[in-house]
Amino acid sequence: MDNAMRINPLDERMFGGNGVSLAPVGPRERISLRADEKTAKALGKALGVDLPFKPGSAVSKGGKTALWIGPDEWLLIGPDNGSISTTLSQTGKQVFSIADISHRNTAVTITGPNSTAVLNSGCPRDLSLAAFPVKSCSRTVFGKAEVVLWRIRKEEFHLECWRSFSDYVWKYLADAARSA
Amino acid sequence: MSTSTPNAGSNRIAGHGRLSPAKTVTFTFDDKVMTALEGDTLASALLANGIHLVGRSFKYHRPRGILSAGPEEPNALIDISRDSARRQPNVRATVQQVFDGMRAKSQNRYPSLSFDVGAANDVLGRFFPAGFYYKTFMWPKQAWDKLYEPIIRRAAGLGNAPEEADPDHYANRFAHCDVLIIGGGAAGLMAARTAAKSGKRVILVDENPDFGGALLSDNTVRLDGKSADEWTTETIAEIEHLDNVTLLRRTTAFGYYSHNMVSLVEQVTEHMAQPDPDLPRERMWQVRAKQVILATGAIERHLVFADNDRPGIMLASAGQAYLNNYGVTPGHNIGIYTACDSAWATAFDLKKAGIAIAALVDCRAEIDPALLAEAEALGLRVMKNHAITSTAGRLRINSMTVEPVNGEGKTDIPIDCLLMSGGWTPSVHLFSQSRGRVAFDEANGRFLPDVYTEDCISVGACNGTNEMVEALAEAAAAAEEAIKSAGGKPKKVKPPRVEHASSMNGFLIGAAKGAGPDDFVKAFIDFQNDVTAKDIRLAVTEGFHSIEHVKRYTTTGMATDQGKMSNMHGLAIAAQTLGKEIPEVGLTTFRAPYTPVTFGALVAHSKGDLFDVTRRTPMHDWSEAQGAVYEDVGNWKRAWYFPQAGEDMHAAVSRECKTTREAAGIFDASTLGKIEVVGPDAVKFMNLMYTNPWDKLGVGRCRYGIMCREDGFIYDDGVVGRLSEDRFHVTTTTGGAPRVLNMMEDYLQTEFPEWKVWLTSISEQWAVIGVQGPKAREIIEPLVEGIDLSNEALTHMSVAEGKICGVPTRLFRMSFTGETGFEINVPADYGQAVWEAIWERGEPLGMTPYGTEAMHVMRAEKGYIIVGQDTDGTVTPHDAAVDWAIGKKKTDFVGIRGLKRPDLVAEGRRQLVGLKTKQAEIVLEEGAQIVDDPNHPVPVPMVGFVTSSYWSESLGHSIAMGVIDGGHGRMGDTVYIPMENEVIAAEICNPVFYDPEGGRVNG
Repeated sequence: MDNAMRINPLDERMFGGNGVSLAPVGPRERISLRADEKTAKALGKALGVDLPFKPGSAVSKGGKTALWIGPDEWLLIGPDNGSISTTLSQTGKQVFSIADISHRNTAVTITGPNSTAVLNSGCPRDLSLAAFPVKSCSRTVFGKAEVVLWRIRKEEFHLECWRSFSDYVWKYLADAARSA
Repeated sequence: MSTSTPNAGSNRIAGHGRLSPAKTVTFTFDDKVMTALEGDTLASALLANGIHLVGRSFKYHRPRGILSAGPEEPNALIDISRDSARRQPNVRATVQQVFDGMRAKSQNRYPSLSFDVGAANDVLGRFFPAGFYYKTFMWPKQAWDKLYEPIIRRAAGLGNAPEEADPDHYANRFAHCDVLIIGGGAAGLMAARTAAKSGKRVILVDENPDFGGALLSDNTVRLDGKSADEWTTETIAEIEHLDNVTLLRRTTAFGYYSHNMVSLVEQVTEHMAQPDPDLPRERMWQVRAKQVILATGAIERHLVFADNDRPGIMLASAGQAYLNNYGVTPGHNIGIYTACDSAWATAFDLKKAGIAIAALVDCRAEIDPALLAEAEALGLRVMKNHAITSTAGRLRINSMTVEPVNGEGKTDIPIDCLLMSGGWTPSVHLFSQSRGRVAFDEANGRFLPDVYTEDCISVGACNGTNEMVEALAEAAAAAEEAIKSAGGKPKKVKPPRVEHASSMNGFLIGAAKGAGPDDFVKAFIDFQNDVTAKDIRLAVTEGFHSIEHVKRYTTTGMATDQGKMSNMHGLAIAAQTLGKEIPEVGLTTFRAPYTPVTFGALVAHSKGDLFDVTRRTPMHDWSEAQGAVYEDVGNWKRAWYFPQAGEDMHAAVSRECKTTREAAGIFDASTLGKIEVVGPDAVKFMNLMYTNPWDKLGVGRCRYGIMCREDGFIYDDGVVGRLSEDRFHVTTTTGGAPRVLNMMEDYLQTEFPEWKVWLTSISEQWAVIGVQGPKAREIIEPLVEGIDLSNEALTHMSVAEGKICGVPTRLFRMSFTGETGFEINVPADYGQAVWEAIWERGEPLGMTPYGTEAMHVMRAEKGYIIVGQDTDGTVTPHDAAVDWAIGKKKTDFVGIRGLKRPDLVAEGRRQLVGLKTKQAEIVLEEGAQIVDDPNHPVPVPMVGFVTSSYWSESLGHSIAMGVIDGGHGRMGDTVYIPMENEVIAAEICNPVFYDPEGGRVNG
């Protein structure tokens, strides 16, 4: 028997125009990591990504990214191969928590010169480069949805939300992009 | 549609105005086709075409004309449309730009503007004093709803709301800046120019299509030797291209909220003939500014004299704006009535343009000699220390009567237009909204900003700085200070040299001559709500001494213009009548919005699909294809039932229940809240949060948990599985998911921050497929790998991890139906595929999909409670008969002390029981009250109510649950449920109706 097929609510969606493009981010491994600072440092070594301790910052290396979400909370995003959880579960006696949220969240990439204008249609954060530089991230809101926003490049953002909110987030982004 | 008519209206003055005579547009007013110039407002276009009469007043239906040239306009409210769906009532003609093809209609008149039957109210005016409605329509009381209110509502009110749905879309934008400058007149431009140089982020907004403010209609002033127009154009050109500057035209700052949050509304397409459909009609801006500079200017007041509201009577500043900005003269034989110098400049401009000035009446005795000299040089007839005491002309003014201020002797002067000025009221609206306090400037009769509470500063006319040279210096200094406060380095910008600036000196607030307490005349102070000087005096005489009460009783200042012109007059007359000083009487509160804002702009993106979040489960597409009917549970769409051809809800639900009990059913439980509780202190934490004991729950076992609040009442429930020593998979109710996690986090962060346990919401990580019924195991067994599903290996209330259809699963053996059952958790993206694979297996074996209604019926047949339906926040675990879930040896859990309170252990508490109707086919109504004696005289003592009630197809009779006083001790008693047409008898019973021994779950 074939393995069950994976269906994401944003499959096959695309939007481009008016200085902004939207694209669904494909399957990723996502882990919610909770640990104290000391443990987090050791886990970062094991992962090969130094976990950020500066609030609202993101560190990427080797296809993996660690986003600072709270004083003891990181969102780890990597390729869809389970390598993050495999690595973390082999770290011996450290005390921490990982929960697999690969399917809980889904994400949209927003690119283009109008991307901040589109995001600011629903997100009240200051997204200027001075206030939200490249490699910043934030747990914030977009319209009525809770999201995690991560700036990959000057004009490229990664917006994470819960699966059932993605249709709303996508349509809001598209509506905002139309009139940006 | 453009025509080649050269002048677009007979009142255009060649060589005047900023509009190009080459660009004409065509519009209709009350179905009459007219021509305007591109850039005209509807008001300037109508005046160009010789039209002053544009509407009827609110209460007396008096003919009214265009009064102003700006946002303060109280009279000229017009219905504007592009097409039948794009129609908007109550648009101010003075701010609406004409576009090609625009249709404008006057309002509040029947059958026509020039003949209006409602005008009878004017003749009967003496019978409509202030508070008329309050006083008159009191009796008989019943007549209010059916007779008075509908008639009054039809007769009163302004325009008619559009009937079709708004086809346009609207946008929202959050923005941040260092300095927000509100108002793009001379002061605002100077501030923007200075602030822009620093490189800090600057937003400059102005409500008009062009920046310049009063400069746009000033033909005299020279700035650095340039005309006002040249200087404005150069200043804008200098800053517009800068990356750090955002210029927003046609944008009104309408609300000032705490922490320098200012709301703006930008009109994007209102002036366009063929707007790009992708453009939003309006865009809402929510700006968070480090510093705000208010350069909102001042608004000219009218004068309060008898019959001061005829069409053709306007503000002097409006006359100047129509001439100098739009190239339109409002008349050809114009009278001027003023208490302020600025109207003299208007008279000079008109005279120089070749318009006859019949007389310049100034009520002041002392006039600046320079003005007198210029008037003389121009040959103007000046009547100083005179007043206008009445006017004539039904649909347009045709004469004015002039009298000496201190003496007798009337002179009638024929005119076709009267321009008036009572001086200028600083626009402190936004400052006041920011919770700033104003102080009264006695010498100039105005309120000025005094105490600031936000990081803002007022400059120019809104700060009482009327001399342009001072206003510009003040603006530059304020901008430097704002840049410094925002952490920037200000750069000095030298304000321009100012020559030939006109003066704004002189004022009159309150009633002018001939409108005093003894004069029986209509001297309007509030044009939009038809409030006269007399109404204010009457209100005070009748005992309304607070200005807020006077306002509400007379409705002065309560119309859509919020009394921009009338407030000072109303206040002055009230103060005079009370014999008090103006500051003692005080000012009414300024509230947002400054000018009316459409619902569309406030709603912005949140309409249609985006009105609210619609959450769909991973298997939604499948259930939709099966024709499921959905119910809304929170934001979720849950499949309610799956009707087959010809089935109603009752039939579908009965079939779904019966099939599940006899064969199998498949159920989408994905919306259940799920929390992963992880860490060495996880079990300690679970012991604290739930009433149950968790120490002895083995790995791979599940338990039904009850969670209380501190007061001991049930808060939530759900099945909890232990995946390993330090990892629990907790489920909550669908609606309770966020609040349960919040409460857990609250305890963890505030009470036990040192505990090594962490919580993660995994509600949406897992799709949950319930497979229930005698054939459940047979159906799923071939799809599962790595888990022994046998009754011995995976007993009821167990959990195991393995694979199904090749993907990971947390497979729970549990039941909310009373049948053998499984809840198969798979990562959400696999939900639909696994569901379909199970369906493919199950359908030939007689399996049915079932919805939430069948789920409710089957759980009620088993007496399983639903928190929030069978409990209401006053039900303890004892009351709900789930006290077996309380760990008796536990020394602590949330609610343990609450449960010991005397009232919670008292006899006779309302307790959950089963109810069986004596007539099996009667289904009780949920929420129905229960009584012991239906024949008891009213009021009948209630002993409880029905919480859940269904038809049970499996049992062949109705079933119900309810809470009844002392219910647990009353098994077998008969109670009564009185309904509208009958009294239903029911027997109190054990709520477990189906399979009371409970053997079926272990099959």
